[in-house]
Amino acid sequence: MPSPPASWASSRAEASEPVSVTTGVRPRTRRPRKKSPWRYVAIAVILFMVLSLADVALTNPNFGWPVVGQYLFSAVILHGLLLTLELTAVVMIIGSVLGVLLAIMRTSSNEFVARGAWTYVWFFRGTPLLIQVIFWFNIAALFPEIELAVPFGPTLVGFDANALVTPWTAAVLALSLNEGAYMAEIVRGGLLGVDRGQYEAAQALGMRPNKVFRIIMPQAVRTIIPPTANQLVTTFKNTALVSVIGLADLLHSAQVVYALNYQTIPLLIVAAFWYLLLTSLLSYFQALLERKYSKGYAPRSRPQAKSEPAVPKEV
Amino acid sequence: MGTPMIVLNGIQKRFDSVHVLKGVDYSVAGGSVSCLIGPSGSGKSTLLRCINGLQPADEGEVWVDGDLIGLRIEGDHLIPLSEKEVADQRRQIGMVFQRFNLFPHMTALENVMSGPLRVNRAQKAETRELARQLLDRVGLADRGDHYPNELSGGQQQRVAIARALAMKPKVMLFDEPTSALDPELVNEVLSVMRTLAAEGMTMIVVTHEMGFAREVADHVCFMDDGVIVEEGHPDAVLANPQTVRAREFLRKAANSDQQN
Repeated sequence: MPSPPASWASSRAEASEPVSVTTGVRPRTRRPRKKSPWRYVAIAVILFMVLSLADVALTNPNFGWPVVGQYLFSAVILHGLLLTLELTAVVMIIGSVLGVLLAIMRTSSNEFVARGAWTYVWFFRGTPLLIQVIFWFNIAALFPEIELAVPFGPTLVGFDANALVTPWTAAVLALSLNEGAYMAEIVRGGLLGVDRGQYEAAQALGMRPNKVFRIIMPQAVRTIIPPTANQLVTTFKNTALVSVIGLADLLHSAQVVYALNYQTIPLLIVAAFWYLLLTSLLSYFQALLERKYSKGYAPRSRPQAKSEPAVPKEV
Repeated sequence: MGTPMIVLNGIQKRFDSVHVLKGVDYSVAGGSVSCLIGPSGSGKSTLLRCINGLQPADEGEVWVDGDLIGLRIEGDHLIPLSEKEVADQRRQIGMVFQRFNLFPHMTALENVMSGPLRVNRAQKAETRELARQLLDRVGLADRGDHYPNELSGGQQQRVAIARALAMKPKVMLFDEPTSALDPELVNEVLSVMRTLAAEGMTMIVVTHEMGFAREVADHVCFMDDGVIVEEGHPDAVLANPQTVRAREFLRKAANSDQQN
């Protein structure tokens, strides 16, 4: 063993030398540090940009604010919004269930099952969602008849694919299957994030695998919520892709209107307004949920702007 | 000494290329306290985990109160039990971990109740009463509604002991129960364990607390490099070790005790 203390002691002594510390001689008061002049430059630039944008938005008649006001709460737009919300809800539910199943499959000791789940995720995350949407809509071109059959054996039930795969089913299929792949990764990350000791403690009490899962899952949920909320926002916006297969969602409804009255920009603003409003609401509920599931954990420090240093600088 | 409660025959365990346990034979009498000591990496914790099948042995047999753990005998063969069956066997074996491993999303009381409620499907009211009694026994009657992160390390470990006891186990395994504690908190955990030993619980304790081993253990086992090097009554093993390795280890342990 080398003996470090000697060198430590000397370096510490050197380091402390230049600082002169006087105790209790004269009270020092604290005052805030002087703000950098660049701060005011930044404020000026941003104010200028905001004012310019406001000026343009208000004076350029092409924004068509009266048209925006006219359609914001119109029946066709609200119907589209409702369909978008329904689609998002259905997709999130199916996708989450699928994601949990796939995540459990990934952790399976059966290699075949684990690889199967991996392949699924690889495929659905690796191809553009837009292609998947169009693909499912056109599935009838691939399989005119959808049949439930024994492989290489007799057919049990058969359906006409065109009748079965409506734009709605195609949209639900495409978005849910894709969603499942993303949720699988989120859930898997959450499960892996739970301390190994939690599994062991549950097992040591004699819990069977399903009971162990019920101890682990609530802990995983805590880390799963933030990315899932992001995923919900993403999915909500991704539903706009189904407008290409003619499903009357929010975007498609806006398109239908501007195809008739040529007020493209105002109607896109209407659609964007609703998307923005809903994503803001979602973010708010995300914060509520996160608080609920942080029960039993130390409050996590919120990211803050850099605080002022406690010691005043030399002026 | 009663009849053996725990019997290990020729336990071997490998992790990839590392031979962690190289054939361990070991038995613990019912109602006795056995301490496993030895340098880190000697296989003490792994041996403990073989007993409740958290890390099943590759070779050898583990018997707890007449049950073969993790395996079924079919003629000349040993067939691994299913995960469910192993889980059922673990109910009679309580375990306390170095890092407590309390469930962080449950209060102390809910932690203690978790075993009986989820494993035995016990009545909630009865279980609550049992959990309160157990928390009282470990001196934490007033901490039932606290979450683990609101408790000190020593308190968490005592809750963990109560949680294990709630399953009414036949044996208790302690895996370095005081190693993660600040020195001033060690005693409150050891005194709970002392009481438990006095009540006749069969215990295996992996520990670095030589004082506890000397005072409480009926049997001390010194492990090194995957084998039991020396075992016997604590007075013999701790005060007058016969092997060089044990002497060396105990001398170092005594030195570090003095420094503390």
